[in-house]
Amino acid sequence: MKLKLKIWRQENVDTKGGFTNYEIDDITPDMSFLEMLDVLNQRLINENIDPISFDHDCREGICGSCSLFINGRAHGPDKGITTCQLHMRKFKDGDSIVVEPFRAKSFPIIKDLVVDRSAFDRIQHSGGYISINTSGNTQDANTTPIRKEDADNAFDAATCIGCGACVATCKNASAMLYVSAKVSQFSYLPQGQVEAKERVLNMVKQMDEEGFGNCTNTGACEVECPKGISIKNIAKMNREFYKAKI
Amino acid sequence: MLISIFKSSIGKKLLMALSGIFLVVFLTQHFLINITSVFSEEIFNFLSHFMGNNPIVQFVLQPILIFGVIFHFVMGFYLEIINRKSRGRGYTRYAGGQNASWISRNMIFSGGVVLLFLFLHFYDFWVPEMNYKYVEVLPIDPDRYYEELIHKFESPVRTSIYSVSFIFLALHLLHGFSSSFKTIGVNSKYYKLIKSFTFIFSIFIPLGFIFIAIFHNLMH
Ligand code: HEM
Ligand code: SF4
Ligand code: FES
Repeated sequence: MKLKLKIWRQENVDTKGGFTNYEIDDITPDMSFLEMLDVLNQRLINENIDPISFDHDCREGICGSCSLFINGRAHGPDKGITTCQLHMRKFKDGDSIVVEPFRAKSFPIIKDLVVDRSAFDRIQHSGGYISINTSGNTQDANTTPIRKEDADNAFDAATCIGCGACVATCKNASAMLYVSAKVSQFSYLPQGQVEAKERVLNMVKQMDEEGFGNCTNTGACEVECPKGISIKNIAKMNREFYKAKI
Repeated sequence: MLISIFKSSIGKKLLMALSGIFLVVFLTQHFLINITSVFSEEIFNFLSHFMGNNPIVQFVLQPILIFGVIFHFVMGFYLEIINRKSRGRGYTRYAGGQNASWISRNMIFSGGVVLLFLFLHFYDFWVPEMNYKYVEVLPIDPDRYYEELIHKFESPVRTSIYSVSFIFLALHLLHGFSSSFKTIGVNSKYYKLIKSFTFIFSIFIPLGFIFIAIFHNLMH
């Protein structure tokens, strides 16, 4: 395959950045999008040009490191996947592809396509945990019966990998899907009740302080989320929030 | 504690939803009165006279309504500005239509059209009404409302502007009405029912207003 790439290059957080065009051939349809960038980077290294920085780690859709806004979509044109799971067969020979970093005021660009998503970590630290009894009389988890539906909802919410595609894609750069997944994951379960109040209040407070936008329920986040986190979690978080406030 | 809700993003969104639902309630009441003009001049005059002269309606409900409208659109513009700033530098290519409806992405536009319409609507009905009652203090005439109404809709231009505005109101409500329930926290087994109800409401109420405007335009 032969492709025309238009890729965002930026030296660091303080520089302006802009697009650079690259032409690339000998790409096979079986390559993943990141492998295609590897091929390009190898060429740049051979030409003594600074290779393009982009985030990646597991390359199997579980860590949430890879990002990229590809042709106007977070994680590119396919549904329910991360960029490392995107294959070049989703593109046609001769296509032009625009690659940008995830853009949000709260995700400053570190270099090229790498953005700083530590705002998510700070939200998580502010309340995304449960207290565990480690005093020696720990109960077996199976002795606490939990409705199947609640267990399923909690588990579904827990599949969020913190990739930030929801923020990147939302027209308001809102982090509500991420935060609601992290809140719901605990709030459906009895173990999550101990810190239920502080959790939702602190996490929402941290989310606001980080400067994410306000949700307007467009639903774009759940469409782009690689893990299919449902927007229903946002309504659940809202309920938890009101309960904690009243 | 309760007030501090509204300092948060979720709280601001809640105010947006509550003021929106309040406006929907008002819209329903307004529609129910207007529709009587289609079949009974007497009932329409009676209800209009009541609304126009009852002190509770005039001096309690009307100020609340005006506050509600102003609050809703000021908050709408404010949140729009905050949300745009949250993005920072925008995308060069952004395929918004691939994952969210046009209606949900353009609430500020549909709302803006409704706001422009409200200016016209105030100029058409509210300003003359205030002038009649409180500035010139003309004699009370319980039978004047129907005549005033049909006189306004003689103009095909006004009838068209009204009709187009109500299409935008329908678009605004198609997202906003059901969205406000999600904001309040209802997105459970009842949500399907709410979704159907708000969908039907958002189409039929504006369509009803358009019908009233065109009806009077054609009949008189
Ligand atoms: C005066 C002009 C208006 C403007 C500028 C305006 C603007 C807005 C904006 C920006 C939103 C938030 C969009 C979102 O959450 O996606 C909104 C929501 C809403 N609006 Fe309006 N609007 C106006 C008039 C109205 C009217 C007349 C009604 C009802 C008859 C109405 C009902 C609603 C409802 C129900 C919501 C949903 C709140 C939510 O999403 O939680 N709006 N409006
Ligand atoms: S909710 Fe989905 S899109 Fe958002 S961070 Fe979690 S996995 Fe990524
Ligand atoms: S690299 Fe781990 S999810 Fe893509």
